[in-house]
Amino acid sequence: MSPTIPFDPRVLRAPHPVPGAPDNWRRFFSFNTDAKVIGIQYIAVSLFFLLVGGLLAMIMRGELLTPPADLVDPTVYNGLYTMHGTVMLFLFLFPVLNGFNNLLIPPMIGAPDMAFPRLNAAAFWLFPVFGVILMLSFLVPGGPSGSGWWAYPPVSTQNPLGHFINGQFLWILAVALSGVSSIMGAVNFCTTIIRMRAPGMGWFRMPIFCWTALAAQAIQLCGLPVLTAGAVMLLFDLSFGTSFFRPEGGGDPMLYQHFFWFYSHPAVYVMVLPIFGVFSEVFPVYARKPLFGYHVVAIASFAITFLSLIVWVHHMFYSGTPQWMRNVFMVTTMLIAVPTGIKVFAWLGTLWRGKLRLTTPMLFCLGGLFNFIFAGITGIMLATVPVDIHVGNTYFVVGHFHTVIFSTITYGVFAAIYHWFPKFTGRMTYEGLGQLHFVLTFLGSQLNFLPMHWAGLMGMPRRVASYDPEFAGANVLASLGAFLLGVATLPFLINIVSSWARGAKAPANPWQAIGLEWLLPSPPPAENFGEHVPVVIAGPYGYGLGRDLVEDQESVVQRSLQEA
Amino acid sequence: MTGEAPSRPFRPDPAAIVLVAIAVALNVLASVWMSQRVHDWLPVQASSAAPYVDNLFALEAGIGTFIFLGCACVMGWTILFNRAPKYDMDDGAPIEGNLRLEIVWTLVPLVIVMAIAVHAIQVNQVLATLDGKVRVSSGSEALAVAGSAAGEEPVGPIQVIGRQWSWEFIYPEGVHSTELHLPVDRRARLELISMDVLHGFYVPAFRLKQDLVPGSVIAYALTPTREGRYRLRDSMFSGGYFAANQTDVVVESDDAYRAWLKDALRRPLVPAANPATELWRLRRERGDRGWATVPPAPPPLVHVDADPNAPHDA
Ligand code: HEM
Ligand SMILES: [Cu+2]
Ligand SMILES: [Cu+2]
Repeated sequence: MSPTIPFDPRVLRAPHPVPGAPDNWRRFFSFNTDAKVIGIQYIAVSLFFLLVGGLLAMIMRGELLTPPADLVDPTVYNGLYTMHGTVMLFLFLFPVLNGFNNLLIPPMIGAPDMAFPRLNAAAFWLFPVFGVILMLSFLVPGGPSGSGWWAYPPVSTQNPLGHFINGQFLWILAVALSGVSSIMGAVNFCTTIIRMRAPGMGWFRMPIFCWTALAAQAIQLCGLPVLTAGAVMLLFDLSFGTSFFRPEGGGDPMLYQHFFWFYSHPAVYVMVLPIFGVFSEVFPVYARKPLFGYHVVAIASFAITFLSLIVWVHHMFYSGTPQWMRNVFMVTTMLIAVPTGIKVFAWLGTLWRGKLRLTTPMLFCLGGLFNFIFAGITGIMLATVPVDIHVGNTYFVVGHFHTVIFSTITYGVFAAIYHWFPKFTGRMTYEGLGQLHFVLTFLGSQLNFLPMHWAGLMGMPRRVASYDPEFAGANVLASLGAFLLGVATLPFLINIVSSWARGAKAPANPWQAIGLEWLLPSPPPAENFGEHVPVVIAGPYGYGLGRDLVEDQESVVQRSLQEA
Repeated sequence: MTGEAPSRPFRPDPAAIVLVAIAVALNVLASVWMSQRVHDWLPVQASSAAPYVDNLFALEAGIGTFIFLGCACVMGWTILFNRAPKYDMDDGAPIEGNLRLEIVWTLVPLVIVMAIAVHAIQVNQVLATLDGKVRVSSGSEALAVAGSAAGEEPVGPIQVIGRQWSWEFIYPEGVHSTELHLPVDRRARLELISMDVLHGFYVPAFRLKQDLVPGSVIAYALTPTREGRYRLRDSMFSGGYFAANQTDVVVESDDAYRAWLKDALRRPLVPAANPATELWRLRRERGDRGWATVPPAPPPLVHVDADPNAPHDA
């Protein structure tokens, strides 16, 4: 394999306004252009919003503990579930994954920073802005948006109080700004991966995390403009009396659903692809084996990107979609199972005959894979039109996507935090607390999300504040699971905070992992390899193959030891 | 799987073959058992569509169980038997891939999901003749479309009207009710109409769901097959008191249905007792706390109101 693009020396060297890393904590509160600072900023703020979203979920599960709507008013419940979904997607998952993109992409490909550092910092600083806008919507008269994270019109454009500034207005503003920020990020990530790889790092020597990041960010570039257009039209219908989606004025509410899902289906792959990347990085390290079928896994990422753009109508099977269209989108949706299956089997192949070390990141990846297989199977059920006609818009769907979004993606986020924490903070985490976090999370998520499938099969609609007594059993179990998940975050928070403050100093490569980022000191210096960018001579994951990753590896390792 | 040298010819180990055969046999048994269990997790079957949906779901539950358990066994095996002992820093078998295996696990899932899809398309076709649905732009067009379906004299068309938050059913005989009555084993034609926002016509026991879309009249048909009282739930989020927007479908014998219609016409039209209206009234009484919502539409005027306390079968 020949190196494609020679290393581009014109990498930008934007000055860092608050120098003095790594001891100067003030840099985290400034417009800093260092991708490693931005990465940690993203992750810290998004973890804060994970707690906010989790708190909203606890109140919802408290309400659902008993059949009648007795804890909060039904309108309050509607606002809570809307904000829970919106916070979790737009203020937790997207930003936390952008945080990992920032931390991991430059060191993994040997680049000193992102291609456009100022754009990068601007994209980050939009995040607190739209975060605050969304939170402010709790304070406006009438409360936050209560039309669900889909914001389907006409409910979303009813504006009961008639104020110009209302919860729905702020919601649309926040989501649109989040889209702008994501597009800025996507331009940066794609450019960096395409243009700034170390000499010798051809496409098929690139770590899978970078493949999946590129595949995911390509989706952002294709899909987000469509969502943004839909959001702007919705804003105009809401605030300026247009009728894009109003039947009275000749519009069609179904049109919005197409705009929304054209992006929002692929969006779920924007979230899961990087986690496929995390699995592909973590399994080889702790199974001590090369990734099984590296080339196919890499290509499958782009097969997923392509297919994810042509399946969106599976969210609209019961909304008046003609039969031929249902059949077409059923077939395309089912096809996604093929590249996804390739990845799952490749991870199993990686585990097979390995030398497994069940560390915290490995446990989260194993648990996440286990849950993902389950969710893939319920996904196929949902893709089957006659079955979806029954379980669509019920708790079965809620169970399906929480098994993916929490029990796979968020597990992957935890795995990534534990795996790369030593690298980017220079401190080790406490293994015992990590394992406790895993055990509680695994039990809590099964208890929370499995009974939801059952409630859905029995016919419990989603988004309800009250329900018939026959669903009480499933809901009590789910609520207990949710409270257990709340408890599970305590060892996590304690671990992260106290490890960073006073954990043991981390060596450059605590896990004996193979990869450019592990050839840097922990934490890496501001510009990673600086002048001494190593020349990559082999593909990633060479466990047990007895080969070097870079030219003159010994001296690269020595240099990282000296700098530390 | 042999590993050290991928070029070495595959020489199976008899013990391994026996072990794998036993595991596969157990897995098949578990999967068959699982596909029979699904009926315990579903409501009673009360429409001609229900058996099709359930059988398709049972098939998928069986195949899904087989795949899930197969993968879980591999994971469990590696966790039990491929663990590195403490302080063992060695690497595992350096297997980088296996082209034949990779082709197999691309093609097998492809064949499975395409087979399911083809089967589901056939079911769709059957259900389409059972329960055709066409989007139209006006009520009279809906009647023309629904009337052209073949078969014995169908019931209806009954107008199903969704509001924030009530259901109203208007029969061609002139009866208005908030409870949907249908004769068993006869094809019933419905016209789904929304007066405000999206709603979902969802009867779990029928396994059927169709959204009511403002701006279109959707002609819909279904055949109830079991007498009883079943919940009809709004399945598409419709704002404030969405969760309260539920009523019952009563499936009864042809004679009972006719008698019910006749009796209903003798009664006066009265405003229905609407759960959302009641919740709204309580909220106003308690100081109107809560977040913004449009007020409920006035309750429909009906001959027969739903009985909220009647026990339902599903
Ligand atoms: C084999 C793979 C998968 C298939 C075939 C599949 C299929 C489906 C289908 C058909 C629905 C629509 C159900 C309905 O609303 O009636 C759905 C919902 C959903 N899926 Fe999946 N899915 C798969 C994997 C995933 C993955 C990987 C993710 C996330 C990264 C995901 C996230 C979601 C979400 C968030 C929803 C619900 C959105 C909402 O209604 O609010 N799914 N899935
Ligand atoms: Cu959630
Ligand atoms: Cu989707």
